[in-house]
Amino acid sequence: MSDVKELATPTERRLESTASLLRELVAHLTQQRAQLREEWAQLITEAKLLTAMTKEEIFAEATSVYDNYVEALETGTYEALQAYARNLSERIIPRGVETHEVVGIVLLLRDVLARSLFGKHRDDFNKLNRILDAYEPAANRIAITVAVGFVQERERIIREQQEAIRELSTPVLQVRERLLILPIIGVIDPQRARQLTEQLLRGIRTNRAKVVVLDITGVPYIDSAVANHLVQTVEAARLLGAIVIVTGLSPEIAQTLVNIGVDLGKMNTVGDLQGGIEEAERLLGYRVVLTQEPATPPA
Amino acid sequence: MQVPILKQGAYLIATVQSALTDEDLRQLRDALVGQVSKVRARGVIVDVTALDVIDSFATRTLRDVAHMIRLRGAETVIVGIQPEVAFSMVKLGLSLEGVATALDLEEGLAYLNRKVKGTDHEVRTHR
Repeated sequence: MSDVKELATPTERRLESTASLLRELVAHLTQQRAQLREEWAQLITEAKLLTAMTKEEIFAEATSVYDNYVEALETGTYEALQAYARNLSERIIPRGVETHEVVGIVLLLRDVLARSLFGKHRDDFNKLNRILDAYEPAANRIAITVAVGFVQERERIIREQQEAIRELSTPVLQVRERLLILPIIGVIDPQRARQLTEQLLRGIRTNRAKVVVLDITGVPYIDSAVANHLVQTVEAARLLGAIVIVTGLSPEIAQTLVNIGVDLGKMNTVGDLQGGIEEAERLLGYRVVLTQEPATPPA
Repeated sequence: MQVPILKQGAYLIATVQSALTDEDLRQLRDALVGQVSKVRARGVIVDVTALDVIDSFATRTLRDVAHMIRLRGAETVIVGIQPEVAFSMVKLGLSLEGVATALDLEEGLAYLNRKVKGTDHEVRTHR
């Protein structure tokens, strides 16, 4: 061991061109492609990774990952690999593939290739050392690239879903010409409150609304910051020329509003949603009249 | 930049077309208050659709305009405040207390028509 170190200290080893070593390495990996790929696919199955995919699919993906891997080693650029990792993640995330599986298979490939290098250079320990010096940083970087690509893709999907949920959480519905309803269900956090304001003001503008019924029957409680925000939203809506009617205030919310000292003259509140809509119709000049007996369901 | 003031029937319409300096605002106020009785206007519409900032001075001036015009016997309505502008105004505590607001010019006209209903100077708009 000691004389090996004397012969080739890390600095000396680095002097030998990494590029030429990598070229040699790539030639070896290209030559052994079929066998190493097979070995790797075998290991993936044994390690019970990618269980959501069939054997054929694993083999097909393994082939492209292998080729991309060797290409990244050869060219030293990671853009193609990055793009591939993103593309792969896009396809396998919906099938329930976990982060540890993706990282696991890349590390398995790294080990398979390293083993093959051990086998090839077992007689020349110095050479093996130098090859590994060239191989390891590149291999680690590939593993990181793939893992980061996968995680980023997951995060992107999560962000998209959060956005979708948020969109769904504050629907703006037109129930009559110039009358909007905003039913709100669930706790309002500051971010949701901001979004609610935005949706409400934009809704007033796009639907040319005159009256908006904000129904908070489904909101269990609000803190004073959100209550203030709500009051400001009502005020801002007035500046756009619309009247906001708040309905369904729970006793807790009523207490919060009174505690923060809301000027109740500015807040238009009605007990329940039905009352709110009736009040809104009155403000808009509608009169709902029963013109005939209510229909009965067909027999 | 001066704000053009148009006469439409019994109403005066001032359409703000770009950001206004304090001086411009004062000029607008004086012009509106002066003209309102000169042309015997029954209502004044100030259209601020083009403004993406309404600061405290602008708010106060608009409120003053509305109150002064009421004293001169006419009604004022501010129209076209953008949603973002409205919310930032409220955040800064700049509410146009006691001033009528409407979504846009059409709504503003409808508001004034309701206000001056029964007088000879009603203006009808087509929908």
